[in-house]
Amino acid sequence: MHLQKLELLNFKNYPDLSLDFSPDINCLVGANGSGKTNLLDAVYYLSLTKSAFHTTDAHSIKHEEALMVIRGWFKREENVDTVQCSLQQGQRKLVMRNRKEYERLSEHVGRYPIVLIAPNDTDVIREGSETRRKFFDGILSQIDSPYLQNLLRYNHALKQRNSLLKTFSDQGRVQHDLLEPFTLQLLQYGLPLLERRRLFMQEYMPLFEHHYRNLTDGEEKVFIRYETNLDDTNPEKLMQDNLQRDVALQRTRIGVHRDDYAFEIDGFSLKKYGSQGQQKSFLIALKLAQFDLLREHKGFKPILLLDDIFDKLDDRRMARLMELVSGHAFGQLFVTDARPERSARLFKDLSESEVVYFYVEKGTAVPVDEQTLLRD
Amino acid sequence: MQYPSQHIEKAVEEISKLPGIGRKTALRLALHLLRREETETSALAQALIDLRTKTRNCSNCHNLADSEICSICANPRRDASVICVVENPQDVMAIENTAQYHGLYHVLGGVISPIEGVGPSDLRIDSLVNRVAGGNSAGGGPKEIILAISPTMEGDTTAFYLTRKLKPFGIRISSIARGVPVGGELEYTDEITLGRSILSRTLYNTSGEDKE
Ligand SMILES: Nc1ncnc2c1ncn2[C@@H]1O[C@H](COP(=O)(O)OP(=O)(O)OP(=O)(O)O)[C@@H](O)[C@H]1O
Ligand SMILES: [Mg+2]
Ligand SMILES: [Zn+2]
Repeated sequence: MHLQKLELLNFKNYPDLSLDFSPDINCLVGANGSGKTNLLDAVYYLSLTKSAFHTTDAHSIKHEEALMVIRGWFKREENVDTVQCSLQQGQRKLVMRNRKEYERLSEHVGRYPIVLIAPNDTDVIREGSETRRKFFDGILSQIDSPYLQNLLRYNHALKQRNSLLKTFSDQGRVQHDLLEPFTLQLLQYGLPLLERRRLFMQEYMPLFEHHYRNLTDGEEKVFIRYETNLDDTNPEKLMQDNLQRDVALQRTRIGVHRDDYAFEIDGFSLKKYGSQGQQKSFLIALKLAQFDLLREHKGFKPILLLDDIFDKLDDRRMARLMELVSGHAFGQLFVTDARPERSARLFKDLSESEVVYFYVEKGTAVPVDEQTLLRD
Repeated sequence: MQYPSQHIEKAVEEISKLPGIGRKTALRLALHLLRREETETSALAQALIDLRTKTRNCSNCHNLADSEICSICANPRRDASVICVVENPQDVMAIENTAQYHGLYHVLGGVISPIEGVGPSDLRIDSLVNRVAGGNSAGGGPKEIILAISPTMEGDTTAFYLTRKLKPFGIRISSIARGVPVGGELEYTDEITLGRSILSRTLYNTSGEDKE
């Protein structure tokens, strides 16, 4: 599967753009702040119906404009699908596939799988458990659409229950009969999530370990420990036992919304004890394992977006990654680089892949040939 | 915009308060009324006043009514042993249009949603319980409650809550079937709906009798 063509109208710093892509390697070069990452984000948006970088949809609309449109042509085997995401200031986001609007955006997720490796990935190590849940939920949502439906319902029930807890706390009185349906909903949707996350780790770990080893030649043992406070032997009782504290704190403390994935290296916390290099390898291995898992589930290769990754990698990790590229481990690839000559040199010997360069500048992107970049 | 008459301006202002009507459409409607017979406008004005002053909620089922008791509750041919619980008056109209139901109704006025600040006391739940309880002592009360509430999460919560409240009365409580729409294709039905349809599947009836 690959993205043949992209059109943008008022997306971030692009007033109006139309680009045809290579099914193999697309390299976006240009100065800092020119809009390279924004282009990757547009591709990401088409795949997952949201930006990879901010949660407020309206931030994707070009400043002072009222409407943005992203349109893409995805080709798989002989079929071409059009996907269009549009957003009018103050209105609901609209996603259409082959000119037909989705009833739920979640139905779109996973059709055109994607993996993004970006500089802010380190958040997943450094930040709180939410970023890790989001990361793994993002993978699961792309391979298991009932999982995503369940997750959305769970989050909704949680919001309702917490809102009710707040009311109880304000009124100084708990209505157990009213709380019960929400507690049951949390279990109804939460227990399958727990089960699925466990199962997922069994599938994901071997892929992850493989990539980590491959990137480092290291002897250290890496591990991802899935942690939950929801005891599935008697969850009803657990929820009941915590009720008083839930009311006092005005939020639900037990459940899969508190799950975490502990990253470990030789049995110790990666965040606290891992070296910079170990952390980098860990992150890339996380993403490459995501790529493999999506490919296995879909039966075709996801699109891979690499944002400024060359700045971050040392020679060895870079060489390993290029081995994967030249060995056709990946399908369509989008790469950004602020240093054109570096990318041009890296890709120039890949005779079997079609490499296309785009020069990005002030809201435009134009194809350029490799020789011009090497001359500069 | 400049209006040649302040009466037109006033009319435009009022009409444009209606949902889905902007000032342009409002002006077109106002000018249209001016071109028609005066009686037509009076009839419209009167209809609006009557709508506001003469319709009320049925004191029994809370459906919209012209008098204390609505036409459905007042109809002796309706089956008083069944009450169908719905969210709003539009639902009553929708079910009436099917001509498949001959019992009474109870209009809740919404569903439970703490996020929006709607709790049981904001809905006509107590009066439903009273109808069921009162009927019991008089002997002629409902024997069955049908919950016809939207299959949303809030709808489910409300149905669950109602079921708990009504259970002690020992009457039959059922819920309308939910699942694949007639004429819909399985392939395009979302997993949750399809899953539900499989769990609440019905016996295949080959004898042509009505199913229970
Ligand atoms: N909603 C928006 N409307 C207009 N411009 C925007 C909007 N959002 C972001 N921008 C602009 O886009 C530019 C950033 O683009 P982007 O992050 O893609 O740059 P980049 O080429 O990846 O740079 P770097 O090499 O530094 O990573 C900034 O100049 C920013 O002001
Ligand atoms: Mg960038
Ligand atoms: Zn009535």
